[in-house]
Amino acid sequence: MSSFNVRRIRADIPLLQREINGRKITYLDSGASSLQPHAVIDAMSRYYELRHANVHRGVYQTANEATEAYEGSRAAVALFLNAPGGADEVVFTKNTTESLNLIAKTWGADHLAQGDVVLVSEMEHHANIVPWFQLREATGVEVRFIPVGDDYRLDLTKLDELLDGVKLLSVTAMSNVLGTKNPIAELAEAAHRVGALIAVDGAQSIVHGVTDVQELDIDFLAFSGHKMLGPTGIGVLWTRESVLDTMGPFMGGGGMIADVRVDGFTPAKGVARFEAGTPPIAESVGLRAAVRYLTGLGMENVADHDHELTVDALTRLESSFDGRVRVIGPSDTKDRGGVISLDVEGVHPHDVAQVLDQFGVCVRPGHHCAKPLMKRFGLAATARASFGPYSTTRDTDVLLEALTSAVSMFG
Amino acid sequence: MSNLEDLYREIILDHYRSPRNRGELPSPPAHKVEGFNPLCGDEVTLYLDVHDGVLSDIKLTGHGCSISQSSSSLMSAAVKGKPLNDVNATIETFKQLMTGHESALTTEEEADEEVDLRTLGELAALQGVVKFPVRIKCATLAWNALRQGLDEIANQN
Ligand SMILES: Cc1ncc(COP(=O)(O)O)c(C=O)c1O
Repeated sequence: MSSFNVRRIRADIPLLQREINGRKITYLDSGASSLQPHAVIDAMSRYYELRHANVHRGVYQTANEATEAYEGSRAAVALFLNAPGGADEVVFTKNTTESLNLIAKTWGADHLAQGDVVLVSEMEHHANIVPWFQLREATGVEVRFIPVGDDYRLDLTKLDELLDGVKLLSVTAMSNVLGTKNPIAELAEAAHRVGALIAVDGAQSIVHGVTDVQELDIDFLAFSGHKMLGPTGIGVLWTRESVLDTMGPFMGGGGMIADVRVDGFTPAKGVARFEAGTPPIAESVGLRAAVRYLTGLGMENVADHDHELTVDALTRLESSFDGRVRVIGPSDTKDRGGVISLDVEGVHPHDVAQVLDQFGVCVRPGHHCAKPLMKRFGLAATARASFGPYSTTRDTDVLLEALTSAVSMFG
Repeated sequence: MSNLEDLYREIILDHYRSPRNRGELPSPPAHKVEGFNPLCGDEVTLYLDVHDGVLSDIKLTGHGCSISQSSSSLMSAAVKGKPLNDVNATIETFKQLMTGHESALTTEEEADEEVDLRTLGELAALQGVVKFPVRIKCATLAWNALRQGLDEIANQN
């Protein structure tokens, strides 16, 4: 039917051919970082082999090609997000974390003062909490939290009260612990109603479904290349152009200036003023290849596939362990992505992950950089399995087999 | 699965399921010291009673993985009631056991030469941990806390 064929996708990914402890790898840690298809790896190699030079201001041929490659990646990302202002709204950063910090340290520092409120949620990654605490230390803004309900979803019953005095709502589109997908369009509308802007942490959501910034009507979007089949070392901050124009520069250095004199400097216009120093050029080429690859699969198909895997895994986890394996996340699979946190009775997540490793199963134990959320549910850690576009129900088979072993070993 | 059985020896699982010396001592007079692994959230709190150069009592609370919790239990059993000289020697031997192999280059025979496992008794069950480098910090959590606690006691006097 469509171009989505998971067998073909798996064949494209060299790391999926690896064996761990004598078994084919079962990679269930895409929430931490995804695997890369040949298309991405090869695009980066070809760039280094044929075109590498520093970008901007070069006049020789390869320097022009490198600049075109880098700026071309920006345009490709803009298209992928349906950015209304195109490439002029796409800032390349190092990762989601840097993108969120950029918002806090430029827009936040310029526009917020004591008495203003930044509203985040209890299910945020530390990357969407700590920069706001730092801003609070610097400016005295208030940082307020939307609570998470017992159904593992945002409790929006008091949203109107929570929005009082809010200048920025900064929330994740999908929890990296619970798999919960948040109603971003609805939150954007609510934020705009009180004159606030909305920033979205898209680190997880970007590879679990379609992201259309116009349809969502958001103001900022942050995500990382390495969680969407691209390379590490590159992230994106998309910002509506009218907002971007009101933001001061970020780091200082080459590339971000229009002029430097002995008495001061004038920052560059546009996205350049947020990109001091030599940018991640090869990584941008890899990211563009990842975007092309995902577009080829169709993000609707990727989302459907993720949904099928999630429904299947939750159903089987529920019926397999006599209640000894508890899923920390919504059981209702509507608006829920393939990130599945497990609490195994009597077995610490580190031990779960250790036993699973023996089966070649890669899951992540820990607090997943979401300590306030862990505290909310009285947990120190979970063992988290997360799907990527290349995952299959076969991965869940091996997960269940390995979990059975972990349960019996400590039972 | 030999590797995994090396890590999760029966003694370790036993100490994990039924930890020894669990509880608290009134502090003061007991000295209280905490160990914390921010990476994984493992925690251990030790209560140490030292009298006349002897670690006369030790109790502990905490939570974490089987390795951190069994290591603290095994440690408490090994050092309780022992003269401080012996306790110090045990800490040193255990740390050597954990770091001596860290390079993973030493063969088991060489390692055995470096650390006389017989002096370690049940603690030797933890030697499998060194084949799992990320778990070493789990095994050493309580030991670092004990070292710190004893140093603090020495500095008070
Ligand atoms: C929801 C969420 N936000 C932010 C991040 C941080 O991403 P990065 O480490 O690429 O900056 C992650 C990654 O773990 C995440 O899952």
